[in-house]
Amino acid sequence: MQKVEPFLLSGNLAIAYAIKQLNVDVVSAYPITPQTTIIEKISEYVARGELKANFMLVESEHSAISACLSAAASGARVFTSSSSQGLLLMHEILFITSALRLPVVMAIANRAVSAPINIWNDHGDIMPQRDTGWIQFFVESAQEAYDKVIQAYRIAEDHQVRLPVMVNMDGIVLSHTYEPVYPLRDSEVASFSPWNLSLKRLDPDNSLTIGGFCYPDYYFETRYQSSKALEDSIPIISKVDKEFGKLSGRSYGLISPFKCNDADTILVSMGSISTTIRATVKKLREKGEKVGMVSLRLFRPFPLNELIKSIKNAKAIGIIDKALSPGAVAGPLFTDVTSALYLSKMSIPTVNFFAGLGGRDVKIEDIESMFTNLKKIPKAGKIKKHSYYVGLRG
Amino acid sequence: MGRLPKWNEMQEGFITKTLSESINKTGTWRTFKPIIDYSRCTKCGWCVIYCPEPCISFESSGDGKVVIDYDFCKGCGICAEECPIKCIDMVMEE
Repeated sequence: MQKVEPFLLSGNLAIAYAIKQLNVDVVSAYPITPQTTIIEKISEYVARGELKANFMLVESEHSAISACLSAAASGARVFTSSSSQGLLLMHEILFITSALRLPVVMAIANRAVSAPINIWNDHGDIMPQRDTGWIQFFVESAQEAYDKVIQAYRIAEDHQVRLPVMVNMDGIVLSHTYEPVYPLRDSEVASFSPWNLSLKRLDPDNSLTIGGFCYPDYYFETRYQSSKALEDSIPIISKVDKEFGKLSGRSYGLISPFKCNDADTILVSMGSISTTIRATVKKLREKGEKVGMVSLRLFRPFPLNELIKSIKNAKAIGIIDKALSPGAVAGPLFTDVTSALYLSKMSIPTVNFFAGLGGRDVKIEDIESMFTNLKKIPKAGKIKKHSYYVGLRG
Repeated sequence: MGRLPKWNEMQEGFITKTLSESINKTGTWRTFKPIIDYSRCTKCGWCVIYCPEPCISFESSGDGKVVIDYDFCKGCGICAEECPIKCIDMVMEE
């Protein structure tokens, strides 16, 4: 087989290229930095006739996701994309999409939320969407963004899953950074994620009521259906990832632990910051320090068992949140990880590091300071503070 | 009433059958029932236009009198309120 040459693509352009290869039927989105170049590129593909899709121009993100929801309900393969305020405006419809079991795929270039206005990366926009019932991936590179979008359609349209999928990519850091991306051939994408929407629903000749009124005696069961479907999707997500690995040589896993087996201190994170942590771990390992890290590729459904398996031998765990959850016990990822530990009857000391908000750079030195902080805990036998705001002045 | 379906016996996403509104008879919600006094009704059609359900229509056969479909009339009373000659009475359901 002829070797595929890499393209030089940003995260956004990699996603747009995947969408072209996936033969999506309907695209509806509203421009917002840093997501804009995804849909700009897709509209260019449509205008040139390279992608035979209906590109729906709408007046807001609320309408964009509503259009996608409706198109998916009529049996189309759809795509949308957003960031920050746009994603917040979609919030209401996100719950409806998952409860109606519609396989909408959305790429998100994660960006801070206002106020003040900030176009750089953190996870402040996605954390409020945590409980919307979507499958939520976090990627670490443009290559992974490309690969994950292709996997996303296969998962979303799987007959047992039929849930919407979000592919989260750190805005600017990944969305606008160019890197070599190895694409699959069109035919490989078509055979891996074939158009698989057998369930045509909205049909003038066979009308249905979708999203109708529901009494208390049916509501609980209906919400449970989609919640259970999300919970049960883990094995299918794993299977799709493994099959993708066979096809492309790239498999990511639900989580990617690094040097965790004998690590005393472990950092848990999501997204592009994991790449910095991995580099720090390599550096500290060279000095003989027993450090490790876990990057969560899948955030919802939460890969509890896989995570516990890789962190269970640690003596102290640091969890990095790139979003605040004001007034909560701790940050959103921290709360999930500590709940997982508690349910697994493990009382490993945990510390919450808030870092990288609004695009604040998190450097190798910052990660080193987190490891230094964690290292003191087993010796001291106690935790000085549960939350640290890394790099905050004052 | 029989056993309600379990979560996995239900159509996912609470998607209901075609024209479920014709199966779910909303007439049971009614407290007051509109009764037309046909001796006074002029068939002006005001109630047909105002009925929000809509469940008042002109009978297609016979003399085309105005009829109320009590399977769906919720007893809102708008017809009685709007009737220009006040020939519709709202009577407490028994």
